[in-house]
Order: sequence, then C-alpha cells, then structure tokens
Amino acid sequence: MVAVQVIVGGLLLGAIYALFSSGLTLIWGMMNFINFAHGEFVMLGMYAALLAVVWVGGGPAIFAIAAAVALAVLGVVIYFSLIRHVTRGPMLAQILSTFGLALLLRYTAFWFFSSNFVSLPPNALSGTINLAGIYLPIAQLVAGVVAITLTVALHLLLTRTTVGSKLLAVAEDRTAAMLMGIRPDRMQALAWGLSAGAAGIAGALMATSYPWSPSVGETFGLIAFVVVALGGFGSVLGSLYAGLIIGLIQAASAFWLGAIYKDIVVYGLFVALLWLRPQGLMGKV
Amino acid sequence: MKNIFSPRLRVALLAAALLMFPVVFSGAFARDIGVAFLLAAISASAWNIVGGYAGQVSVGHSMFFGLGAYMPLLFYTLFGWSPIAGIPAGIVLSVALAVVIGMPTFRLTGHYFSMATIAVAELIRIFVGTWDFVGAAVGLQGPATARGWWDLTFRSELPYYYIFLAVLGIVLATTAFIERRRFGFYLRAIKSSERAARSLGVPVRRTKMQALALSAAFTSVAGSLYAAKTGFIDPDSGFGILVSVQMVIVAALGGAGVLFGPLLGALILIPLQIATNTWFGGGGSGLTYILYGGIIVLIARFEPGGLFELWYRIVPERWRRAYAA
Repeated sequence: MVAVQVIVGGLLLGAIYALFSSGLTLIWGMMNFINFAHGEFVMLGMYAALLAVVWVGGGPAIFAIAAAVALAVLGVVIYFSLIRHVTRGPMLAQILSTFGLALLLRYTAFWFFSSNFVSLPPNALSGTINLAGIYLPIAQLVAGVVAITLTVALHLLLTRTTVGSKLLAVAEDRTAAMLMGIRPDRMQALAWGLSAGAAGIAGALMATSYPWSPSVGETFGLIAFVVVALGGFGSVLGSLYAGLIIGLIQAASAFWLGAIYKDIVVYGLFVALLWLRPQGLMGKV
Repeated sequence: MKNIFSPRLRVALLAAALLMFPVVFSGAFARDIGVAFLLAAISASAWNIVGGYAGQVSVGHSMFFGLGAYMPLLFYTLFGWSPIAGIPAGIVLSVALAVVIGMPTFRLTGHYFSMATIAVAELIRIFVGTWDFVGAAVGLQGPATARGWWDLTFRSELPYYYIFLAVLGIVLATTAFIERRRFGFYLRAIKSSERAARSLGVPVRRTKMQALALSAAFTSVAGSLYAAKTGFIDPDSGFGILVSVQMVIVAALGGAGVLFGPLLGALILIPLQIATNTWFGGGGSGLTYILYGGIIVLIARFEPGGLFELWYRIVPERWRRAYAA
C-alpha cells in the first residue's frame, strides 16, 4: 500500500513537472531557444501566489490565476525587451541572455524575500483525503489533476486551433508565415506568454503543497531540462509523459534510496540520455 | 608615431605592469585583490578557449574547476602528500570528464552543450556534497601550517601572486599560439557557422573536443591554485554554479574570443565585486550577483562582443590603423 502511495504521489508531482516543462519545450520548438530562466519563472509563480494571498486574499483559484497572469505578462515583457533582440544574434548572446536573466531573477528574489523557506497559509485545499486506503493531500491531488488538464489543453491548443497552427507555422518557417499574413513577433510573444504563464501556474500549484525559497528555481530549471530532454525537444505531449516518468522516478528514488539521492538519480538519468538517446522519447534531432 | 604602440610593445607594457603591481602596491589588501584578479583571469581565459573562440558556451565549467580544487586537498587529506601531486590528477580527471561530456553533446549543435554542462556540474556538486570520502558538505582542508614551497602554502600573498601570474602567462601564451595556427582558424570557423565549417572540411567534432579538453585542463589548474591559496574547498566553492558564472561573465564582459578579453573583464569585475562586498557586508554577495545578472543581460542584449568589440567600433578607424600597424 505504501508503494501505491509513493507511485501516486510521484505521478501527481510529475504532472506539475510536465506543466512547467511544456512551457520550456514550447519555446524550444518555436524558436530553437533554451530558456535558462524557466525554473526562475516557476519560483516567481510561487511568490506571486503568496503575494496574491497576502494582498488580495481569496482561494486557490484566485491565486493560481493571479500567478499565471503575472508570469504571462512578465514573459511577454521579457520577450519584447530582451529575447526578440538576441534571437538573431550570436549563440553566446542567446545563451547569456536567459542565463543572466536567471541570475538576476534569482538574486533579486533573495534580496526581496530572503533565503528563508516560506509556505502558503492554510486554504481550501488543506487537509488529506482517503481514496481506497491511499491517503493523499487534497492540494496534491487537485494540483496534479489541474496540471495534467492544462498540459493537455496546451497540446490541444497547439494542434487543434487556428492560433496553434499559426504558432507552428512561425516555428516551421518564419518568413513563409509572414507571407501568409501571420505576425511572427506576435506569435512568439504569445509563446513566451504561454510558456511563462504555464510556469507561473505550475509554481502556484506546487506552492499549495510544498514550502519553498528563491533557490528552488535552479532545481526546477534543471528538472525541466531533464523532462524536455526525455520527452523530446518541442513536444508538449512528450513532456507530459516525461514529466510523469520523472516525477515517478524521483518519488521512488527518494523513498527507496533516500531523499538526498532523488536529484542525483534524475540528473544521472539526464547524462545517460545524452549518451543513449539525445533526441528524447518523441523528439527529432 | 606608427610603431610606438606596436602590439608587441603593448604586451610588454602589460606584462611589466602586472609584474610591478605587488611591488608598487605592497599593502596586503591590494595584493589580495591582485591575486583574486589573476585567478579570475586564469579561469576565464581557460573558459575562453572553448566558450569564446569555439563558441561552445559552457555554463558548467565549475566541474573542471572543482575537480582541480578537490584533487590536491584530497591527496593531502588521504596521504599527506604535497598538493602539487594533486594538480596532474585534477587535469587528467578533467580531461576525461571533458571527453565524457563532449562525445555525446558535440554530435548536436546549439544549446544542447550548455544544458548538458550545467546539469553535469550540478550533478557533481550534489554528489560530492553527499559523499563522505571527499568530505561531503563540509569539504576538505589543506595544510594548516606551511611546510614550505612543497606545500604551496605561504604566509605572504607575494608567492601566490607570481605563481598565478606565471600560470596566466602560460594560458595566454598557449591561446595566442593556437590563435594563429590552423586549430585557431578551425575554432573561429566553427563559431561562425558549424555547417559551413564542416562543408569546408573542418573536423568539427574533433576540434570542439580538443578545445574543450584544453580548456578543461587549464580550468582544472585554476581550481588547484584556488585550493592551494584558500587551503579549503567545499562543494559550493568548487562546483557551485556561481563559479561557472564568474568565468562566463569575466570573459564575456571583456570580450569572448578575444585574447585579452578575460583580462579586461577581470580588471573591471574583481574590484567591483570586492567593493560591493566591502560596502554592503555579508548581504553584498547577493547584490553582487544581481549586478552580475544585470551585466550579463546587458552584454547579451547590447554588446555580445564585449568591451573589446565596443572599443573597436567607437574608436575612429584612423587610430586603429595606427595601432594595428
């Protein structure tokens, strides 16, 4: 029974990994661009949720949406002020832009919020539920279900709607898309908004169950790399599967090997993937 | 007029200035800054070979630095050997690690290498932090009292200064040497377009691999020097991401892929770092990295070529001709 509990807990956490990693893979697929600050977006989403609770009040729905909107706006602002100008530049500028941004966001968060761990005050999602003998925190259950729903919704948005077709058209061939009357700049800004918004809401969902400090951004950023590398660059569906797998592996190794080994196992898996299947489960090189 | 500032003379002047610095500024604080400056310049120049010239932006070079820093102190702790014995061991391990990382990632282009380096560095940092054999989270300590030159442990800053300066000279001379060889042209060809370089017959993967191995070896030596100077190493000061950040920013601010770029970057950033730490006390290190992040973003956005390129663009061409001659 304990094993089932570990597995379910891992899958629910993995669902959140899938949600924020789908944001990273979206940017990669659109622009061939790795956002090193993606983990920091998740971290800021957690603080945005906290600030929403403190300033506005209200339940989980309100602070989750507030975090998503705040981060989506940040994503669009970052696209127009920084990313747009470096995508055509040298590789060094592309990598340094978001790498520097990650440092800037992380240490600014340290400056404002200090390095102490904080958590959300008790809310409507506090408490546990007994599902056929498995005890689950309600917050984890709701967060996992919402995260899977949103990731699938993002996948459907990309594959089944006009906006999604426009996004993919820009990803495929910027110039050709422009000739078809699509504005690449708008589409890429939209992608950054969606990506950061997904990270923000994932952060808010995670904040309901786990305490955090500004340093969690680095861990989440690396987990997103691993998920995207496993799922395949540019594949939202791939990052859904990979996120669930990584959550499961992490929960299992934390339970059976000890909590300090959970990150070692996951990063080790990343190195192994680099050797064996660099294109990921569902990706193309 | 033409030959007054020939490149050779400028290098000689620079060398003289660096040699004379601790003589002119004999205070302990000034010499401390000098040593910190040299160390930053060495590791950033080592990074520059693969990150600047070859354009393969590593953001996890701390893994080589950390290996170089840990080996001397590990040998000392285990066997009581001189830290010098650990330097070659660090180099060998770093080159081996460079091969392990380079083999798979250099098959792919672009951001993949950067992602791999940051993940591997973090993996090693966490792993070392849990491994009791290498001191786990506490780290390792060097000789408490100097037994002489053999231990590379000195009371005064002066010997460190000149040892570091000699190593910097070796790194820069090697870089200057390969800059003019076929190898250097290969590196720059790969940087500007890997596909074009390959179609012209450049052995892309092998060249990138060699650049990474050379860079890793020098970075490892920088780590060893750091450990000898500090006499102490822990996972964060050896393998932490901020160690990598420092190399990247020092090289990129001065000019990535420019011989003296890292020197210029270190000349600006190290005094800045010490100033913020002094003015703002313990909280200053956080401010330093906010500043670093801001500077990196600004470089990427406005001046990816670094200050050297800015200089070349704003200085009138007439002057430049006079310089270049």
